[in-house]
Amino acid sequence: MTNFNLTINGKTRQVDVDPSTPMLWVLRDHLGLVGTKFGCGIAQCGACTIHLDEMAVRSCQIPVSAVGEKKITTIEGLSEEGDHPVQKAWLEQDVPQCGYCQAGQIMTAAALLKENPHPTDEEIETAMNGNICRCGTYTRIKAAVKAASDS
Amino acid sequence: MTIIKTTYNRRSFLKSTALAGGGMMLGFSWFVSCKPSPEQVSNMPREWFEINGFLKIGENGMVTIMSPNPEIGQNVKTSMPMIVAEELDADWKKVIVEQAPLNTSIFTRQLAGGSQSIRQGWDGLRMAGATARQMLVAAAARAWEVPAEEITTDNGTLHHKNSGKSAGYGEMASAATEIPVPEEVKLKDSKDFKIIGTSRKNVDGKKIVTGKPLYGLDYHKEGMLIAMIAHPPAFGLKLKSVDDAEAKAMPGIKDVLTIKTYKDDYVRSMFDADAFQELVVVVGNTTWEVMNAKKALKLEWEPFKGYEEAFKTYSGDDTFSKKMPGGLENTGVHMEKMDKFPAKQLKVARKDGDPEAAFKKAAKVIERSYTAPFLAHNTMEPMNFFAHVTEDKAELAGPVQTPEFMEQSVAARIGLPLDKIDIQMTRQGGGFGRRLYGHFVVEAAVISQEIKAPVKLIYTREDDMTFGNYRPSYHATYRAALDADNKLIAFHVRAGGIPESPLFANRFPAGAIDNYLAESWEMESNITVGAFRAPRSNFIAGVEQAFLDEVAETMEKDPIDFRLELLKRATSDPVGENNDYDASRYAGVLELVREKSNWKTENNTGVHRGVSAYFCHNSYVANVLEMVMKNNKPEVRKVYCAVDCGIVVNPIAAINLVEGGTVDGIGHAMYSQLTFKDGKPEQRNFDRYRLIRHEEAPKAIEVHFVESDEHPSGLGEPPFPPIMGALANALYKATGQRHYHQPFIAEKPVIG
Ligand code: FES
Ligand code: FES
Repeated sequence: MTNFNLTINGKTRQVDVDPSTPMLWVLRDHLGLVGTKFGCGIAQCGACTIHLDEMAVRSCQIPVSAVGEKKITTIEGLSEEGDHPVQKAWLEQDVPQCGYCQAGQIMTAAALLKENPHPTDEEIETAMNGNICRCGTYTRIKAAVKAASDS
Repeated sequence: MTIIKTTYNRRSFLKSTALAGGGMMLGFSWFVSCKPSPEQVSNMPREWFEINGFLKIGENGMVTIMSPNPEIGQNVKTSMPMIVAEELDADWKKVIVEQAPLNTSIFTRQLAGGSQSIRQGWDGLRMAGATARQMLVAAAARAWEVPAEEITTDNGTLHHKNSGKSAGYGEMASAATEIPVPEEVKLKDSKDFKIIGTSRKNVDGKKIVTGKPLYGLDYHKEGMLIAMIAHPPAFGLKLKSVDDAEAKAMPGIKDVLTIKTYKDDYVRSMFDADAFQELVVVVGNTTWEVMNAKKALKLEWEPFKGYEEAFKTYSGDDTFSKKMPGGLENTGVHMEKMDKFPAKQLKVARKDGDPEAAFKKAAKVIERSYTAPFLAHNTMEPMNFFAHVTEDKAELAGPVQTPEFMEQSVAARIGLPLDKIDIQMTRQGGGFGRRLYGHFVVEAAVISQEIKAPVKLIYTREDDMTFGNYRPSYHATYRAALDADNKLIAFHVRAGGIPESPLFANRFPAGAIDNYLAESWEMESNITVGAFRAPRSNFIAGVEQAFLDEVAETMEKDPIDFRLELLKRATSDPVGENNDYDASRYAGVLELVREKSNWKTENNTGVHRGVSAYFCHNSYVANVLEMVMKNNKPEVRKVYCAVDCGIVVNPIAAINLVEGGTVDGIGHAMYSQLTFKDGKPEQRNFDRYRLIRHEEAPKAIEVHFVESDEHPSGLGEPPFPPIMGALANALYKATGQRHYHQPFIAEKPVIG
């Protein structure tokens, strides 16, 4: 067990865990931040996507010991009131079906738009390709990313 | 009638609402907390008045409506309360939706399956709303001393025109609870609907996009431990020995144990199906610790000999036994055996006219065979369940499509009466039929009982994908006989599967052809199967529609005209008995999709089109799929869907469901398969099991509903099967090659 000081959603959080513990489980089991989802555990589905500084990463693959000083943002901290342009666009398009993949989709989309505020269709497809939606909401996801990029 | 004093309830309500930002779900103590906004606090009523089991009204006019059925992504949590709100004449803005507890004496069929939630819930939901409305009217009539017939309602308000009096529902809610429940209620005419047929956003939308705890996997209770199971790595194996010394010594590990999911003499319900009788369980403090300890288990497995399992029928009135053969199976052998299934063992499921004679005298016979692999459901949220079993009661919570059945299974296993077992329904990260089979509910209960602690059982993706309950592997051979004038004179389908047949003998084109033969076969296996979105249809629809396309081509007919001619025959002069579809509604969706897709237009733009239509779960769907070739790869440019599912309750969500079913159908037909080597699934996670991804989805999907006054019918499943036919037909146009074996494209890229 090792003590780690992490910056998560703008707050400093302390955890005492095995250094190999993936951030996904630190968030979910130790910090009660369960918005970040478990889907595959092997970087294939994107359900666990969080931001490490500005980058969208798969939290199931990031051991807590690799985080260091980097700032973590999870779906809970993407905005104070749930009014990030991407979240608003998601609600406007009524994207979710079961909803389970959507936190990861939103985090990937938010990182994309930060880096590239006006992506083309192809850029959206490439950026979103690592996030599986088993319910098949892809056309709405694309529409929501576009709507958010316009706002 | 009871008045609910709200001191306790209101407080827990406020707490949950704070998490929710509008709309309470479960009264658990989630460990995420935040403060309610002043607006939320001021919106909360001081008191709730329960009008009936489905709804309660606050003195300030807020209305809480219970959503009875499991929410698996089909949107019932929004659309079922909409139906109550419609008949209540409620103001939707003042409606709060709550997931109902399991109580089938009030809520009847609390099951997500067969696309039946809206269809079977429709009358009861309307009655609940209309009854409450009538009681509010009666209360106002009493208070104002005017005849009830003169009172009208609108948007949560009661009006009396002559006296100019009006009141919000909240003002009459208390008095309404004193009114005897009317024996008869009047339901609205569909033309007067104000909520049904209008688009209402997902009631959990805000919680989903802000990452609030909603799902079973998010469930937390103080002192809760985490459990994971290890099951045999192959079908046909059972546990031989366990060496848990190393695992037990690992940090955070509380126990390693072996459990039997069911008692030996237990008679299973059809939702108790499972492949593995004995499991090894690791219990510990946190998920990561348990995952690591699981890897340190040293387990030996051995082949089992065949055995029999006792099952009861759906109604529970009868029992039957099912054989679980021994052996380690291989996909290659399956394919060969299916291809050569002995003709002697075929069962005739339907015969019209004299098909043998017609085939004998045919000028031309077209014969084609089709196959499809096993599929895993792969709900995005893996199987999981919470259980806390004590001496005198069991509390369970999580995602399951059959809570009522699971209550009985748990009762039988842990020896508590039904009324001591409480199953709460969380939102579910997908269902697709997988969560009909709630072995994991029973497992969680057994583990909790054994270790005497609250526990959350979690499956890894690999555990989930290799546990069985799959979509069966299927095979079908179609034959069509044409006479010298190129007229279709006979039709023959021979369909089977491992271990179940996909045949629907009485569906189209049965009823449209004079000489018709449908034969069925099944081959036993120890790979377990279960309902998978639109069972059987999810294969037979696509292959039948692909075959009809080839027949139409040989007959030099337009594929839509050809189908419409057959349907015309089935309408005007149907062949045989028991035809299981309405030919005119079938034709209706084909005509609609023809119109909307501009089917007739000449196309020399490099866009290739395929058409299909199908009926299942009481609904009709037709598709036109447009494909282009891009860098030598097929790309689905656009899909048109025409749907007849009766009255559409919530269009924005209904369209979402049709879009999703379309993507799902294209994805599975194109990319997905589960294959076996020596009983072992060769795909265990999404690196090798391929699901459709964003860039492979259609670029656009256009959904059109047939305007209808008919009773609503299924929508979760019907859009899924037919699209596979339209896809195959477009793929032929685009590539010049017919595709007979799913998945059509089977390479496995690794994306990370
Ligand atoms: S859980 Fe991390 S990518 Fe799937
Ligand atoms: S909405 Fe269900 S997995 Fe995406």
